[in-house]
Amino acid sequence: MTSELDIFVGNTTLIDEEVYRLWLDGYSVSDAVALRVRAGILEQTGATAAVLQSDTMDHYRTFHMLERLLHAPPKLLHQLVFQIPPSRQALLIERYYAFDEAFVREVLGKKLSKGTKKDLDDISAKTGITLKSCRRQFDNFKRVFKVVEEMRGSLADNIQQHFLFSDRLARDYAAIVFFANNRFETAKKKLQYLSFGDFAFCAELMIQNWTLGAVDSQVDDMDMDLDKEFLQDLKELKVLVADKDLLDLHKSLVCTALRGKLGVFSEMEANFKNLSRGLVNVAAKLTHNKDVRDLFVDLVEKFVEPCRSDHWPLGDVRLFLNQYSVTVHSLDGFRHQALWDRYMDTLRGCLLRLYHD
Amino acid sequence: MPGKLKVKIVAGRHLPVMDRASDLTDAFVEVKFGNTTFKTDVYLKSLNPQWNSEWFKFEVDDEDLQDEPLQITVLDHDTYSANDAIGKVYIDIDPLLYSEAATVISGWFPIYDTIHGIRGEINVVVKVDLFNDLNRFRQSSCGVKFFCTTSIPKCYRAVIIHGFVEELVVNEDPEYQWIDRIRTPRASNEARQRLISLMSGELQRKIGLKVLEMRGNAVVGYLQCFDLEGESGLVVRAIGTACTLDKLSSPAAFLPACNSPSKEMKESPLAHPPSHGCRSTHNSPIHTATGSRLTQNFSVSVPTLIYTGMGSGSAGKEGGPFKALLRQQTQSALEQRGGSPHRFCRRREFPFFTLTAFPPGFLVHVGGVVSARSVKLLDRIHNPDEPETRDAWWAEIRQEIKSHAKALGCHAVVGYSESTSICEEVCILSASGTAAVLNPRFLQDGTVEGCLEQRIEENLPAGCGFCHIPYDELNMPFPAHLTYCYNCRKQKVPDVLFTTIDLPTDATVVGKGCLIQARLCRLKKKAQAEANATAISNLLPFMEYEVHTQLMNKLKLKGMNALFGLRIQITVGENMLMGLASATAVYLAALPMPGGIQIAGKTPSDGSYEQHISHMQKKISDTIAKNKELYEINPPEISEEIIGSPIPEPKQRSRLLRSQSESSDEVTELDLSHGKKDAFVLEIDDTDAMEDVHSLLTDVPPPSGFYSCNTEIMPGINNWTSEIQMFTSVRVIRLSSLNLTNQALNKNFNDLCENLLKSLYFKLRSMIPCCLCHVNFTVSLPEDELIQVTVTAVAITFDKNQALQTTKTHIEKSLQRASTDNEELLQFPLELCSDSLPSHPFPPAKEHLESARSNSGIPAAQRAVTVEKASPMGEGNFRNRSAPPCANSTVGVVKMTPLSFIPGAKITKYLGIINMFFIRETTSLREEGGVSGFLHAFIAEVFAMVRAHVAALGGNAVVSYIMKQCVFMENPNKNQAQCLINVSGDAVIFVRESELEVISTQQPTANCQQSCAGGEVTT
Repeated sequence: MTSELDIFVGNTTLIDEEVYRLWLDGYSVSDAVALRVRAGILEQTGATAAVLQSDTMDHYRTFHMLERLLHAPPKLLHQLVFQIPPSRQALLIERYYAFDEAFVREVLGKKLSKGTKKDLDDISAKTGITLKSCRRQFDNFKRVFKVVEEMRGSLADNIQQHFLFSDRLARDYAAIVFFANNRFETAKKKLQYLSFGDFAFCAELMIQNWTLGAVDSQVDDMDMDLDKEFLQDLKELKVLVADKDLLDLHKSLVCTALRGKLGVFSEMEANFKNLSRGLVNVAAKLTHNKDVRDLFVDLVEKFVEPCRSDHWPLGDVRLFLNQYSVTVHSLDGFRHQALWDRYMDTLRGCLLRLYHD
Repeated sequence: MPGKLKVKIVAGRHLPVMDRASDLTDAFVEVKFGNTTFKTDVYLKSLNPQWNSEWFKFEVDDEDLQDEPLQITVLDHDTYSANDAIGKVYIDIDPLLYSEAATVISGWFPIYDTIHGIRGEINVVVKVDLFNDLNRFRQSSCGVKFFCTTSIPKCYRAVIIHGFVEELVVNEDPEYQWIDRIRTPRASNEARQRLISLMSGELQRKIGLKVLEMRGNAVVGYLQCFDLEGESGLVVRAIGTACTLDKLSSPAAFLPACNSPSKEMKESPLAHPPSHGCRSTHNSPIHTATGSRLTQNFSVSVPTLIYTGMGSGSAGKEGGPFKALLRQQTQSALEQRGGSPHRFCRRREFPFFTLTAFPPGFLVHVGGVVSARSVKLLDRIHNPDEPETRDAWWAEIRQEIKSHAKALGCHAVVGYSESTSICEEVCILSASGTAAVLNPRFLQDGTVEGCLEQRIEENLPAGCGFCHIPYDELNMPFPAHLTYCYNCRKQKVPDVLFTTIDLPTDATVVGKGCLIQARLCRLKKKAQAEANATAISNLLPFMEYEVHTQLMNKLKLKGMNALFGLRIQITVGENMLMGLASATAVYLAALPMPGGIQIAGKTPSDGSYEQHISHMQKKISDTIAKNKELYEINPPEISEEIIGSPIPEPKQRSRLLRSQSESSDEVTELDLSHGKKDAFVLEIDDTDAMEDVHSLLTDVPPPSGFYSCNTEIMPGINNWTSEIQMFTSVRVIRLSSLNLTNQALNKNFNDLCENLLKSLYFKLRSMIPCCLCHVNFTVSLPEDELIQVTVTAVAITFDKNQALQTTKTHIEKSLQRASTDNEELLQFPLELCSDSLPSHPFPPAKEHLESARSNSGIPAAQRAVTVEKASPMGEGNFRNRSAPPCANSTVGVVKMTPLSFIPGAKITKYLGIINMFFIRETTSLREEGGVSGFLHAFIAEVFAMVRAHVAALGGNAVVSYIMKQCVFMENPNKNQAQCLINVSGDAVIFVRESELEVISTQQPTANCQQSCAGGEVTT
């Protein structure tokens, strides 16, 4: 006796969250059955293995049919074939587009191209995430990227509107799209200690302040691309380190303000010029695409690592950065105050987030 | 020119890409009704076209309005080659034809293609203007309402229940016409869909005419079926119960959810002038079946059992069924010979009712199940306009049913249904029902023969009257064990009662009920034509007998004494016959406590064997005890003293075994004193019987928190919560063809059903505590070694805490019932009869009704408007609120249920019957996920199309939903499969009871918010 056909169709589509997770994780039906057995479901429910097999198959088939709709979530809402309560629809979408931390760190900042897709087996082997799941996550990134690529308006809002994500997920995807578009390097060994959350935080600050959309909300690609003019202008900041008097004045102002307040005052005093040169040079280099990509590498190399080697506590870093950016306003010879603020406000936020072990 | 049909094509969405080059589609729409076709403009390059067409107007006869479906075809325009069809929508406009149903059909319909499935949606608006009909000889029956529901629909009152109506139409099956060899599968499928749609319309119209002739205005319990007879044609047949219904106007004054408030106004009690009734006699569509044609066809009448209270106790009971069987055979044969042909044409000669639930007081006594089967050889239907052969076949069967009922002292048959099973050229026709005595006050004069009047006692004791035997004790049609009723002590009752109806609401039940199934397979040699039919008809009595035995054994094992909703399906295949009986077992307080089951071995005693027997015996006794505990069966002990003299002493019968009497000696050695009654003896003299006992014990009860029944509701549970989940599950197994035996076959079939049930329990475990209601199994044998089982049921959650209160005394119970069943009373005032209308339209018990009255400062129209917001729209609002990212969701929730009601809600309006037929075919089976993927998608699509039609009618639920047919054929080698599905139900508007209260107590301004909260429960 073999089962030729075995289906269950409910007027309200049944969604088993547990099986959905296994499906999303890319397990085959037999693996999923084995995992469910191991989770003790047979003992809890008194079901047989055959029942579990049939149930799992059924859910997998349903998910497979839903997958086409999940590629364009508004379709899931308007379709008539599967009657699913709104809360369940939201869950389906949210889980389908959720991604693994380990995976996103591997592809963050990479071009979402065929080439990267070919490397997915390596990523799968490295992270222990099934290839199927890697593909889904990669395709999700790419799909969202393609849809919002050419759109006006806020990146996160666009994503939310076209994919019906929660705020949180929409912001994460905005970061992923932003990183993919600007190809920031995140894979270097130096950057391994950083989490996706760190990068996403920086991305949000940069989208808010450094893109075209930050100044003019009616430009194409406004949230995706950095404001080229702004990046060009950043060269003007060079005077802060090139002009020796200005640099000395800046240093003395910062030192006066922080004397006695900083645990690492002497280290700061000794390193001030190096640090300032590092931060200003990062700004000045941003005219070249290549250097834009290396932004995070540079920040870690030029600022995070020196401070860390001197064991600056985070509080001291904060005090220093605040003072460092504020005192520029007192430099009489310096004319680019607004530019400095646009640069440094974001950078300060990023650096504080990047500064950890 | 009595009608104008107006159609507007608004827009499309999610259309498939038809032009690969541009990834877009140039879509336009053809709207066809009858022979008239209109076209919209081509909307270039869009997957979401906005046609916004003018109103296309069709001027048509109302006869056509009833028969023809509106056919909407979406096409892709192609300048150089033929336009490609994207898909079609068939809209049955029947609901627009009666004044109380929908006024407009408007909404998104899935565009369906028989090869590709659903391909996008189209927004359509349909209206009908009906003119007054002045034609005296009209053929249409517009205005007759149809209900699938097998009880009097809520919000209607039965004035008269007229009785049985039936009709059938035949045609050639397009699939078997010569042209099918040259046309595409798509064209062939569409021809079939269209033809069946047309035939159903015609059938409904003809039935409607019969109803008008009977002076009725509605058909309740309408059941329409297709017989795909292959080469010999296509039969569409329908049965139903004609009634005169009155809309309950009192609740409607404040009850909401009419599409247009103004509609309420024009609702006069009856939709048409009563003069209609006396018309169409000269063109009566009733076919006069002349018996002469019968002789041309090979036909075998199969003797059938009367399932009643026989079988308990050992003496004579085992032999009983067979004796009864033989008697019935001769009796019906005699009657057939004696019966003159003219009897077939008499109107209303069959006092049959397709209803399964009745107004209080309607059902006086129940005799037992009557059924009849006959095996026929199909031949080509030569003249579709003269479907006499099929008519005669059914008339014959009905006649037999009627005579069975008479034998049981009953003048009527309730819970009546008919079915067929076809394999190649052999067809088994089956009919079954419950013989009953009805209260003539509900029936039209002349339906009930006067001689039966004397049987009806005037003051029936509540809760047990229907159990009292209708037949003469001294002249019983079969041997049965009678006792005085355990409830009233006045009348005789059988020890076991089998019926096809739902449990009457006033019946007193102890504990809970459960689903019982008897499953059986019999191998049969492959044969041709008459030899085949003879083989089948020879097997049938044995199958009936065994199914009966199994049912009886299982009933005993549960410790219960009555079966409701019994449905026995016999399916014929190439090389086997399958029997599947389902019923809901209960313990009726009026019937005696069932005895246990006793096992007896036949072979001379040897130690180990005896030990084995006693081991089995212990197991069985344990199971009975366990079941009693599980289903809370602890009937109040009645001491013999109280019972007094009327109860005869339990007879010391000599226990006879099934086969030979010489074995009785051994039996006496066994302890038979299980319980107070004689035990039911099972003899295990061969391996077959051994298997039977084993299979008895292998039926596992549902996991805790689950109950199941195949009736509308579960006896003993009355606190349903609002969560429902209707589902369809299909399984097909392939038998290993090597040396199949009956035993192996039985085991396979048993496992298939048991595993299916287990899977259902597992899948629905999140709904615990819950009950699977209206569990409906259908078996078919699509090919040699394939068995297909289709199950449709609804899972309903209930409140566990309240459920515990069920073990109460009868008085408390009946009090409780009196307060909860006001609804019933409202519909059927007890004084109801054909000549007097209810004197007070507002029964005092409905508090919120009263409060609505007192609250009537608000003008009626305004109230209706606020309420309209409250119903389906409320859910939309809720959706927006709960899931902010999922904004602008427009798909309203449509509930589907095989039951006639929705728990926790009130049905406020019936919008019309849904009766849909779909074909789906594929030539890329593997690519669509194999057979499972194909059928899963198709069933999901069918549900979607039903929901879309209901939503377009303005409804939010389908009640009495049934999947009447699911014919699946595959050819994996060719990568092909085809499936036909036929579903039906009643589209309704319901309102949550919580919302109703809100409406009746609060100011209208507060309504919207509150109803949104109510919507939460719905979704």
